[in-house]
This record gives sequence, C-alpha cells and structure tokens, in this order.
Amino acid sequence: MSNQTGPLLSVRDLKTHFVMDEGIVKAVDGVSFDVYRGQVFGIVGESGCGKTVTMKSILRIVEHPGKIVHGQMLLSREGRDGSGGEDSVNLARLDPKGKEMRSIRGAEIALIPQEPMASFSPVHTIGDQIIETIRLHQAIDKKGARKSALRLLMDVGIPMPERRLEAYSWQLSGGLRQRAIIAMALSCSPRLLIADEPTTAVDVTTQAQVLRLLRQLQKDRNAAIIFITHDLGVIAQIAEYVMVMYLGLVMERGPVDDIFHEPKHPYTQALLRSIPSVNSAPRVDLPTISGSIPHPFNKPPGCPFHPRCGRRIPGTCDVRTPALQAVGERQWVSCFLYHDGEVAVP
Amino acid sequence: MNNDKTPLLEVKNLCKYFPIQKGSFKKIVGNVRAVDDISFFVNEGETLGLVGESGCGKTTTSRCILRAMAPTSGEMLFRTKEGRVVDLAKLDRSEIRPLRQQMQMIFQDPYGSLNPRMTLFEIVGEPLLVNGMRSRKERTDRVAELLHLVGLRPEYMPRFPHAFSGGQRQRIGIARALSVNPRLVVADEPISALDVSVQAQILNLLLDLQTRLSLTYLFVAHNLGVVKHICDRVAVMYVGKLVEMAKTDALYHSPRHPYTAALMAAVPVADPRVQTGNVELKGEVPSPANPPSGCYFHPRCAHASDVCRTRMPVFREIDPGHFVACHRAEEIELAGIA
Amino acid sequence: MEENLQDKDPLEAQFSTQAEERISVASNWKLVWWRFRKNRLAVASAVVLLIFYIVVLVPDFFSTQDPETTEAFLAFIPIQRISFRDGGRFNLSAPTVAGKRNAVTLRMEWVTDWSKRVPIGLFVHGYRYRVLGLFETDIHLIGPRDPGSQDWPYFLGTDRLGRDQWSRLMFGTRTSMTVGLVAVALSVFLGILLGGISGYFGGWLDMIIQRVIELMQSLPTIPVWLMMTAVLPQTWRPTQVFFAITIILAFIGWTTLGREVRSRFLSLREEDFVLAAELAGCSHLRIIVRHMVPAFTSHIIAASTLAIPVMIISETSLSFLGLGIRPPAISWGVLLQEAQNIQTVALAPWLMFPGLVVIVSVLAFNLVGDGLRDAADPYGH
Repeated sequence: MSNQTGPLLSVRDLKTHFVMDEGIVKAVDGVSFDVYRGQVFGIVGESGCGKTVTMKSILRIVEHPGKIVHGQMLLSREGRDGSGGEDSVNLARLDPKGKEMRSIRGAEIALIPQEPMASFSPVHTIGDQIIETIRLHQAIDKKGARKSALRLLMDVGIPMPERRLEAYSWQLSGGLRQRAIIAMALSCSPRLLIADEPTTAVDVTTQAQVLRLLRQLQKDRNAAIIFITHDLGVIAQIAEYVMVMYLGLVMERGPVDDIFHEPKHPYTQALLRSIPSVNSAPRVDLPTISGSIPHPFNKPPGCPFHPRCGRRIPGTCDVRTPALQAVGERQWVSCFLYHDGEVAVP
Repeated sequence: MNNDKTPLLEVKNLCKYFPIQKGSFKKIVGNVRAVDDISFFVNEGETLGLVGESGCGKTTTSRCILRAMAPTSGEMLFRTKEGRVVDLAKLDRSEIRPLRQQMQMIFQDPYGSLNPRMTLFEIVGEPLLVNGMRSRKERTDRVAELLHLVGLRPEYMPRFPHAFSGGQRQRIGIARALSVNPRLVVADEPISALDVSVQAQILNLLLDLQTRLSLTYLFVAHNLGVVKHICDRVAVMYVGKLVEMAKTDALYHSPRHPYTAALMAAVPVADPRVQTGNVELKGEVPSPANPPSGCYFHPRCAHASDVCRTRMPVFREIDPGHFVACHRAEEIELAGIA
Repeated sequence: MEENLQDKDPLEAQFSTQAEERISVASNWKLVWWRFRKNRLAVASAVVLLIFYIVVLVPDFFSTQDPETTEAFLAFIPIQRISFRDGGRFNLSAPTVAGKRNAVTLRMEWVTDWSKRVPIGLFVHGYRYRVLGLFETDIHLIGPRDPGSQDWPYFLGTDRLGRDQWSRLMFGTRTSMTVGLVAVALSVFLGILLGGISGYFGGWLDMIIQRVIELMQSLPTIPVWLMMTAVLPQTWRPTQVFFAITIILAFIGWTTLGREVRSRFLSLREEDFVLAAELAGCSHLRIIVRHMVPAFTSHIIAASTLAIPVMIISETSLSFLGLGIRPPAISWGVLLQEAQNIQTVALAPWLMFPGLVVIVSVLAFNLVGDGLRDAADPYGH
C-alpha cells in the first residue's frame, strides 16, 4: 500500500441520475471515496448497486439519459507534466467530449472492460489498435509505437508476441484476449486503472491467471486500480481497500481485512454469511437475506437496506437516511446502529 | 461400481460428437468431441455435482441425458418408476415422451427459460396439460400448490414473467420442473445468473425440496463453493472427459487428479488472510475439436511424464468410491482445500 | 427451513402499487400498444392511414362525381380553390370556370370566375351508390349543394377526358391500398409457411428452400413483372387482372419475409423456454404454435407494415408503365399514367397529385411500421 501526499482520485458526494418517462432512477446517490496512488480499491455490490454507473461517471461515459447532477471527482495532477499550476482537475466539470477529458481517458485513467471480445474491433489487428492508442496520446512514430506494443504484450504474458501483434481479437482464446485488453489499457502508463468485472466472463483458472497478472503489473507500475466486481472471493484476494455499495449508496468501506473479519454494516455481514464457501458446513441451510433487491424505481425511503435488515430501528431507519461516517481509523459505515449522522434531505 | 441397489441413472461410455463441416458441400472434416467416452452413475436421492470449465462438456452431457439431443454413442440406463431399466440412448422420440415426466431440467438463465408471453399459470401448468391433466380446475389447484412449495404466492398466477425478479423467476422455473413429479432433476447452473444475496435463497430451496420430494439432482456448476455445499458426490470434467469422481469430502480433501487440485487452488476464497491462486495453471484449455495426444491435460500438467503424452489414461477406481483418470495418480501428492 | 416469502417478504407490499399491478398482468400486446402510443409520429401516421382506409371502404361517399363520367369539353380544368367566406359570412363555395378556346393554339383555356360561385355543402345529395354492397344512399361528404347544377367544383381539376380527378383519386385509393394489403397478406402466409418449415426442420429442406429464395431474389424485378403481366390475357376483366397482379406481387415479395421468419425460428429454437417445452413433452405442433409463433408475431406485423409500401409502389409502377391495372380500372398508377409526358405535366401539373398521395401513404406506412418495430420488443433483455 503506497500513499503519497494526497489521494489520486477523490470522489465527493457523487450523484448520477437517469431521468426516464417512468421516473427518476438515482443510480448513484451520494457516493464518496478516495483512491490513493498504487492502491487496489475494490468496489463490490450486487445488481443495481451503482458500481458500474460510478465507474462510468468517473470516465464520463454515462449514457443518455444519465447525468451527473451533483458532486465532484478530483483527479490529482501532481507529478504530471504540462498542466502547469493546477493541483487537480474536477472530472465532473469537464466536457465529456472535450479535449481535456479525452486526453485523460486512456492516458491517465484507463478501463479494462468486462467483455474483451466486445472491446476490440473485429476488423483491425490487436497490434493496430494498441499502436493507435499509443499514438493518440504520445508523440511517437509508428516504429516506436510498435516496439512499445510488443513490450506490452510481453509484459502481460502473451506468448509469441510478434505473431499475436498481427492477430485479430477473435483468433485469440478468452484468456489471451483478456490479457490483450489489459495490455491496451496499460499502453499509455495510466496512473489509474479501472477494471470493470474483468474476470466475470472467464473461467476460474483463467481468472486466477488474470488476478495474478494484475497484482504483478500493479506492483511493477505502481498504478492504482479500482476493481469492480460482485464476487466477494475475488475482492478478498486482490483489493486492499473495499467499498460495499447497495442501491446507489455506500453501505460500508474500509481495509479489506476489517471488511471481511469485522464487518459493521448488517448488509455486509449478511452477504458474507450467505456465501457458500469450501469452508462452511455442507448441506445446511445458508443464512439468507430475506426479500430481493427492489426495483430502482421503488427505492425504499430512509436507509435503502432497511426493508431487508434484521436489525432495523423502526421510526429511524425507515425515515432518515444514514450518512457515511467513520467508525474506526479507516473504516466508514452508513448505519444508525453506529452513529446518528444522517443525510440532509435537499 | 454400484452400491447394493441399482443407481437411478447409469451412464456408460457416453459420446457426443458434433461434425465440423467445411465447404459448400458440407464435407465432414472432423469432430468436436464435446463429450468423449464418459461413464458415471447417480444413486437415487443423492446429488451428483458435475463441474468443469467452459467447453468441458458438462452442459452437453446434461442435455444428452434428458434427450434434448441424441448421443453419438454409449448407454444411458435409467431406472423408471415401474422398476424397469431402459437405455435412454436407444429410444426414439415417441418412446421417450412418456418418460419425460420422470426427468426434468432447471435452467441457468432466469430470463430466457420462461416464455415471456405466457402467464405463470400457463408456464407452470403446461407440463401438466401436456401430460394429461385437462381439467383447468385441477391444474389451477396443482399450480397453486407448486407455487406455494417454491415460496411464491398463488395470487401471482395471472402475472407475466416480466413482473418478477431473477430469483423469483428461477423459483417459477423450479415449480415448472417439479410439476410432473420427476425423479431426476438436472440443474444446469441454476444459480450462476443470480445475485449473491439471492443465490443462498435458491440453494436452500433446492435442498429443502430434495428432502421433501425425494429428488435426485444432477447439479451442473462451475462454482466449487456451491458444489461443495450441496453435492454428495462430485465429478470433474475436462475437455469432454471425466478426470475424477468421488464423494465430496474426499474430493476436496484429497484430490487425486492434478487438474482437480489446480481447479480448487484457483478458486478465490472470501478471506483476505488466505492467499489463493498461488499454484498457477499455465496455458489454455485446448479446443475439443483438436485435443492433445495422450492425456488431454498433459500440456498443462506439472506432473506429466512420457506415458502421459502418448497414452490416454483409463477412468479407474483408485480408492473405494473414488475414480480418477491419471497414469500417475498413485505416485503424486496433491493438496486439497478442505 | 425454507424461506417462507409469504410471511416475511416486506417488499411484496411495495411491489403491488396500482401501476405495477397493471403492468404485471399486461400481456405482450398491451405492452406493445403502450409503447407504440408514446411515439407521437407513429400515432399520427396511423391516424392518416385510418383515414385512407375509411376512403377505401366507401370511396363513393368522398367523391363528387361518378369517376367514369367523361366530358371531352371539360378537359384539363385546373384545380379550383375552395373559399370559406363569401362577403364576410361563412360560406363554402368554389368559383365557376368558363372555357374559351384560344384562337391561336386551339387549346381550351379556363378562366376562373369568382363572381358566379358554386355553393358547396357538406353531406349533400349526389349520385346514388351502394355502401359495401349493403344499402343504397346518395349522401356525399362534400359537393355542390344543388346536385343538378351545371357548374361543378373540380377540387383537383380534370384530365384530358374531362374526368373529375378528385373522385377518381378516391377510387384509385381503394384499389391501390387494397392491392398492397392483400399482396402482403399472401406474402406473409407464404413467408411464414416456407420460412417456418425451413427454420424449424432444417437440414436439406432448409437448404432447398433457401436456394429457391436466393434464386427468386436474384431475378431482376422489372423483367419478371413484364414477363408475368404479358402472360395475362388481354381479355380479362379488370377485377381478374387486379387479383392476378396481387398474386404476382405476393409471389415475388414473400422471400424477404420468409428469410426473416426463418432466422427467427432458428434463433428461437435455441431458446431455453422452447427446450423446456420440449422436455415437458410438448408436440412439435404445440411448440411451434404456442411458443415460437407468438414470439415473433409482433415482429412479423411490423415487417408486414413495412412491406405494404413496397407493394404499393410496385403496383403503382406497374400500372404506370401500363403493365398492371389497366383502365377502365382506377389506381394511383393508372392516374399517374395520365401524367406521363412533359406536355401534360407542363400544361396540367395537377395530374401529378396522385404522386403526392403515394408519397404520403408510403411515408405513413413506414412510420407506423417503424413505430411498431420499436414497440414490438418490450421484453428486450
């Protein structure tokens, strides 16, 4: 874990809403967190929790009719040449299609997407695509870019890189494609990598390879990674700091060991208890969370988890929304069982 | 190979090949050996897990057993309700039809497995209708009973699937499968497409139903944690072949095949103090259209020897109830995870 | 113990709001309709089409004159404006026209005279006709108040034989819109039958049908039309020619629909719910009728709605070239035949008005078809 002076990315009270005919979907409704240099920051949650929309908000690729309606995302500019003067830039304020955001996307913040097949163009070789990315952000000629691309493919462990440079994405197996997309993400040495469920679509043995690779690359390049997934096992293995989301809000965040061994929020506790693992007793009923995730149009008032919470306080949890507050050195929880701070209703 | 009673299902040397056709005249140039000579058995009342990664043939196996497709060769001996043993592979379509009542499937995708244009009543009641229950009143009662059994309200009968969440849809699919009182239920990754908090609910439901209705499950999955929780015995497949089969505890505690050990080592454990993924399995899963010579796993195996490169290992019983297909099973020591 | 949702699920109460109750029991057709309704352009176009089809049902009601009445003296009368006011008061009227033969060109020239007006009314009496062959009446939507009047309002002018274009347009609409509908219905039947067989059974049957489709689609359309209509005997009555044209159009047009149906069948065959039906013991017939056909019916309707304008344009083109519907039958193409040369177009541009009607109807069908297609997949997961 390597933090320097301040956080690399600081997200404060981010709110991204989708205005639709049937109502407003508050996909992200007040999320705050910091990512430090060289840190692996895990975001975990189930469907509808807002982790993907958070990622898209950072990259400013939220699709219509979504809009960032509140909050800021400060990307630190220290140690980066050229910008001259400014400490940090607020990504929320940039024009998503403008030059500045486009120069940040790919070069400073890169995305490792979930489906590598869908992220490569099928009519261009992967070499061409990686070279194009490199030349988009760096003043370098084709030969130099090709050398860089070759080195990248070697770094991610693709055997016979010269041949693979001329291959098309559909000629590669799933595991190799995943490595190739990681290579493309790393092509401009970004300070922050966002990995959006990069192992969900691959087999368990390939997943192990990819996680190992990411751990390695992250150490070598001191890049921060925001790792998004719904798989608690994967998060436990790769993340240093974990944020648990539910229905657009942060339930709990803290160091990975605290989250897994001393979870504070009832949702986190229930989630951890309900996973069948190789260590739990077989063939007994697993403790479950009653009910199901409500429809985004039907967000419960007050704390979003209260209808399913075994420890809710009637009169409080169903009326007021708890704020995210610190309960330890680096652990934060939004739950009235631990504090009384609430979110002010606008 | 059996216990005292004959197993409910006994599969012998099952093969399913898909021909590869090239050219405008569709010449057959080779075969995709999706299922390549596997043999296993399932006892009545137990749950057999079938695990493996993508392309290993577990889904194809499950579809062959239910005769959604005809196998290329091999036997599938099923002990019917009346006590007869029939070979499902040899029957034609009209002979299979009356037997379909006794074996049903639970599908992976809760969104694709229910006809969006039919109401719950029609979906769950269709197997009843097709198998002779013509009276609407009878069907309504039975559907209400089934919905109650899976934890849904009978008032939901006139609703369409789009009104329900993934977990609820899966319950509907389970109700449908159970409507004709099957004895064998093939569950094809029934919880992989569900949210984590819902998976446990459905698992509990499946366990409960098995006890109540004396069901036998063939549980196809890739999640080793889930498999350990629900299965009595587990069979591991790799590129169309069975590499190991044993009682759950035995398999997880002392695997005898290097692939099984590697698979278990690769599963990430939800505990940051336990480091998994340290034993890295190099290389890629070979294509079933062009498998390696000898033992299919040898290019990736840390223990491969000359005989592994040339000869296909036999699936044999190495300990009572523990089967493995490995030339060097007696010599090598492998670590388990439980 | 098993999770008993009935008692413990607090979310159930929130689920059953009124709106959700309605949606949860809404069948596919309801959902499609609700979605379609939101597309205002499509709804407006649907209204336009509705008006067209009312004309189809009772063209006599809308026309002012018997479309066959010829009066050589009244040739090439231009369009007359309808005026809504007459000296400050509301009064529908049209001007009279007086013809004067130009001494130099020997052509008839028409002078509009507003001083002498023809009073027009709504729901006036006119010539007698039968409604749908059921009952007789003589009420027309619009026309001169005095049915016996010598002067007549010609809303869209007249052609070279002095026939009232407005009335002829009404009858032309009936023919052209009906041909389109019938031809598409036939294509749909052929398309579903052959495409369905092809997609469901596969194998060599599929291969044969596919090759037939490709063969038919590779034939150049106009020569094929020429060939097929040349085969039609000259002595046939207009109605027989009409049906023959419809069948010819359907025979060539089913291929696109057939392909669509086949691809839908192929993809539906792989759906889990179809497999579940098979595993339950359903017969082939039940699977096709109960599971597969309903899955693509809305798409077929959308595709058909988009195929109708193609048929309309085909018929119009054929008739325009003199190869399809022939006079004395009236269709848009037949009407446009009168506007085939520069001379006519320069002297009597109002004869091209049916072309505008073709454009409007084709546009309307396309917009409705697009709207249906967009609305047809509410389960698009």
